[in-house]
Amino acid sequence: MGLLSFIRRTTRSKLVRLPSGSFTLDRDGNIMTSTLPQGFPQAQIQSIGKCVLSAFHHAKKAQMPLSELIVNYSALRILARELRGGAIVFLMPSSGAQPGRRTTND
Amino acid sequence: MSVQQKILLLDDEQDFLDLYQEMLGQHLSMLPEIRTALTGSRALSMLESDKYALLILDLHMPKMDGLQVLAIARRKYPELRVVILTAVRDEQFRSRAYAMGVDQYWIKPETDQEMGLFMESIETLLSSESQGGFRGVHSKSLVDIIQLECLSQSSSVLKISNGAVEGRIWIQNGEVIDADAVGLTSEPAFQRILTWKTGSFEVLPADPGRPRKIFTSYQGLLLNTAQALDEAASQVVAQSDSDVAAASDSTVMLAEISQLRGVEFVLACSVRKKKKTQEFWGIENPKPVSDWMEGAIEQFDQMGESLQVGQLQQIVGTGPQRKVAMARSGDTRLCVGFAADLSVDDLRDTMKTILSKWVS
Repeated sequence: MGLLSFIRRTTRSKLVRLPSGSFTLDRDGNIMTSTLPQGFPQAQIQSIGKCVLSAFHHAKKAQMPLSELIVNYSALRILARELRGGAIVFLMPSSGAQPGRRTTND
Repeated sequence: MSVQQKILLLDDEQDFLDLYQEMLGQHLSMLPEIRTALTGSRALSMLESDKYALLILDLHMPKMDGLQVLAIARRKYPELRVVILTAVRDEQFRSRAYAMGVDQYWIKPETDQEMGLFMESIETLLSSESQGGFRGVHSKSLVDIIQLECLSQSSSVLKISNGAVEGRIWIQNGEVIDADAVGLTSEPAFQRILTWKTGSFEVLPADPGRPRKIFTSYQGLLLNTAQALDEAASQVVAQSDSDVAAASDSTVMLAEISQLRGVEFVLACSVRKKKKTQEFWGIENPKPVSDWMEGAIEQFDQMGESLQVGQLQQIVGTGPQRKVAMARSGDTRLCVGFAADLSVDDLRDTMKTILSKWVS
């Protein structure tokens, strides 16, 4: 009855918008600073940072030290610069270029 | 005897499901069976247990959102048509959904006219599905696909993807009128696309405004291309100055790539029928580099899937001694080293050329 009316709607989804911004990591992968919105999951930021640091580290091990890394996906570009063992990482979502499909009613 | 098509509707609002179940069930000429699911996990288990022609899903849902469902469905059921039907008017989500392979992205209709357009598009999707043949993301002979489109007097645009490389073929009223791929146009582009041995394709709506640049009939085009491919296969290819051991196709390809401006080394790792092969030029000890390349591509691949940002296209690294680019081409992972002073634009263009050579 009255109590049930408080439980009207289920929790809204965690559909997450890709942010545009940057964050810095130390050599241990800890996030030092970030311009990313708070709504973007920390776990995702750490996962990105872990991949980036691993790529820099293993490149160095393979005798190919890198100072910059650009990772291109269909909908996102990641640019990372090595900073004394850590990194600064920029996230740049791609602007939509759709295939020729009938899409919306806008 | 035709089998009744099934559509799966996924949304977290029961009222919406009831409305669209009725509308789709009554107004589509094929009278498909409409089933519904309130959660992503339920929808995935329904997809597991039965064959559906079409999945229509919302984006905003609790626990498992639409992009998560899309990522899983795309991977497990590549033939399944997927339409997003959402209230989310956000360009970023639309481009991510397309990057992840959705067929259509619709905002939930608010007027009769919008509803009519939506129904029409679903009708078109289902009718193309029921005609069978080679729709969707299938690994099929391109020659078969082109012949089918032309014989049926269709007008469409075939988008063919091979890893990071893409091409398009314009078909108008059963005739091939133009093609575009890796910097080539017209007949050369058509011939280049037909040299790709693997990949995926999509049938896009026709582009009636496209000017005609190919005037050869489609039969003539296919014949010319077949002859050109036969001639290329029988030619003796001159080897480069590098110390290449055997004149295998890949080895010759590596030699050709090494001649491109700025290329310092090339490393190609393939896995075919569980057998790993590695070919390289210009690098003394490829193992550490190939380990790094495979690890990096795998990690960034997984990350891309979890971020729902579509396919990993390319990784470019810049160092004091050189630049490095990595990409996947079919079964092969390529790592190319470039001179440090090569500009990013030149690197990108050269990498495109390399990938297009590799897939052909």
